[in-house]
Amino acid sequence: MSETKVFGMTPTWRRDVHTHYCPGCTHGVAHRLVCEAIDELGIRDEAIGIAPVGCAVLIHQYMDLDFIEAAHGRAPAVAYGIKAVRPDKIVFTYQGDGDLASIGMGEIVHAVNRAWPLTVVFINNAIYGMTGGQMAPTTLLGQKATTCLSGRTAEANGYPVRMCELLATLEGPAYIERVALSKPQHILKAKAAIKKAFENQVNNKGFSFIEVLSTCPTNWGLRPVEACQWLEENMIPYYPLGVFKDFE
Amino acid sequence: MAKGRVEVREEFCKSCGLCVAACPKKVLRISDSINPRGYRPAEQFQDGCIACGICARTCPDVVLTVYRIDE
Amino acid sequence: MAKVLMKGTEAIAEAAIQAGCRYFYGYPITPQNEIPEHMSTRLPQIGGVYLQSESEVASINMLMGGAATGYRVMTTSSSPGISLMAEGMSYLAMGELPCVIVNISRAGPGLGGILPAQGDYFQATRNAGHGDYRILVLAPDTLQEAVDLVQDAFDLSQKYRTPVMLLADGFMGQMMEAVEIQERTIEEPKANAEWALGWRKERGGKRAVIYNLKLAPNDLEQRVGELQKKYEVIRQNEQRCERYRVDDAELVAVAYGTTSRMVRTAVDQLREEGLKVGMLRPISLWPYPVKHFSLPSSVRALLDVEMSSEFQMLEDVKLATECRLPVATCARWGGNAPSVSEIENKCRDLLNSSR
Repeated sequence: MSETKVFGMTPTWRRDVHTHYCPGCTHGVAHRLVCEAIDELGIRDEAIGIAPVGCAVLIHQYMDLDFIEAAHGRAPAVAYGIKAVRPDKIVFTYQGDGDLASIGMGEIVHAVNRAWPLTVVFINNAIYGMTGGQMAPTTLLGQKATTCLSGRTAEANGYPVRMCELLATLEGPAYIERVALSKPQHILKAKAAIKKAFENQVNNKGFSFIEVLSTCPTNWGLRPVEACQWLEENMIPYYPLGVFKDFE
Repeated sequence: MAKGRVEVREEFCKSCGLCVAACPKKVLRISDSINPRGYRPAEQFQDGCIACGICARTCPDVVLTVYRIDE
Repeated sequence: MAKVLMKGTEAIAEAAIQAGCRYFYGYPITPQNEIPEHMSTRLPQIGGVYLQSESEVASINMLMGGAATGYRVMTTSSSPGISLMAEGMSYLAMGELPCVIVNISRAGPGLGGILPAQGDYFQATRNAGHGDYRILVLAPDTLQEAVDLVQDAFDLSQKYRTPVMLLADGFMGQMMEAVEIQERTIEEPKANAEWALGWRKERGGKRAVIYNLKLAPNDLEQRVGELQKKYEVIRQNEQRCERYRVDDAELVAVAYGTTSRMVRTAVDQLREEGLKVGMLRPISLWPYPVKHFSLPSSVRALLDVEMSSEFQMLEDVKLATECRLPVATCARWGGNAPSVSEIENKCRDLLNSSR
């Protein structure tokens, strides 16, 4: 009798490192999918990551890759700065919704529109996580946060921003897809999307943007499994999954 | 159907339970032991693993390794 | 290269190219537009890249990405744009990323005007951004010096792994003078492969991380302490100043950049009248050239001449002389410069009243 490993740790994941994420936070899943994509494409020596400000600021502790920490929202500009000098490298940003859809809205819109071959992984968990649960541009109507204790209202705060739909109106991007991490079937699709977003860059095929619906059990005040349920029932109806743009 | 087993890096588990909920064969549970960080790690507590890997794909902390037992 | 007549902005751009800069990130703002224009034409001809940003906020962060690769990179702007770059400068300093930032300054505050001023002295020398850091600041008074200093700026930025600013006002940017631009030999980017992004193979599979965050107080104290040590070395080694007819002077005017051109003329004319006037011209604004402020005992007073209503350099003059001498001021602002005759009259009054 012998054994075959069917699923184990991918080499880019830095073993023996505890992540700082709260139990059940799906940032870890998204990190792993990025690592798997990079390993399956064999681009570890070529990849350069740009860390955001927010919970994922320490992403470089978990991935064995070249990394730089950007200022809040500015990761796409840093990515262009690198890609201008090193078009031979695979440059990606990993940003949360406060970082990308609020303070960095200007940078991401122009980054997508300029349409160089780059990869963006955008984590949407509808809240500011690291700062302790404040309202994000993606916070749903009625959703409670520490800066809207009775729930977000359209009158006071406008409507949650749908980044994929917004960016898909631009001529530039090659590939835009929204995925989720709330159940295994979604995770498999998320993996395929993230891998494709890197593969596009390897093949010099333009800008790829993947929005990943993710959980924040701590700031949502839910247990990890309940948080996945909440995402399914509340986020996916407002942020529909699917491909919004594909050059093929 | 394939037979498998799940190995847990107990020290790195945060007891979130996502793997337990995801396992189609319900062979995982949160154990009674406590790891150095104060979490109760997940464990495979009964036979019936089919080596599908869904638990490991769901784990946010890269704690699980899945083996297929070749007979 | 032979001497040619060039406009300031174009001379600065070409000098940067001859100093090995192949990557430029820019955004339009008057009065520096000829720099991005020149770069957008020239760089693609020589294998470089001109990347136009959507804002100065993006420019400085693109610069950060470029600098992190270990290649020579530059951005330029003018006062309001430099304000927007403040955040990025703090991050560049923390990441110890070598790069050159040029400010062809204009009159503020606010939108102010597009004519020259020296109201950005505090912004340049006191840290535009947050936290304990410094950047080198160099201020030329001729186009030849602008050319030489922008090239020095690249060398210094690499030597100390720090952002370096060239502070020149709109006069310097828009006037024409004869310049000779030398090509510099450089060791980058290979010399930076040890720490820069994109050299993993060359490092034998070892990754590089450019950090900005240090959450633990002891880590951060150590990190900032390392920066502080570097700044101390720069303070000791990089003070630059021109002393002009100071040796027997009774009155010494202190001026930098464009203003020193008027002061120099005033000094020469007053000397012809027999008045013993000299000039100290700081070239490095940070570090301020305090070493060059040892003055002969004949000096009875100083005159700070600026294009700044707040006399922004005045406190550095007082600190450099430890307040041992009275310091008078002569300034215009809002796009105007002190005229030679204004400076001369001020000098005559001071010499008469101190007799």
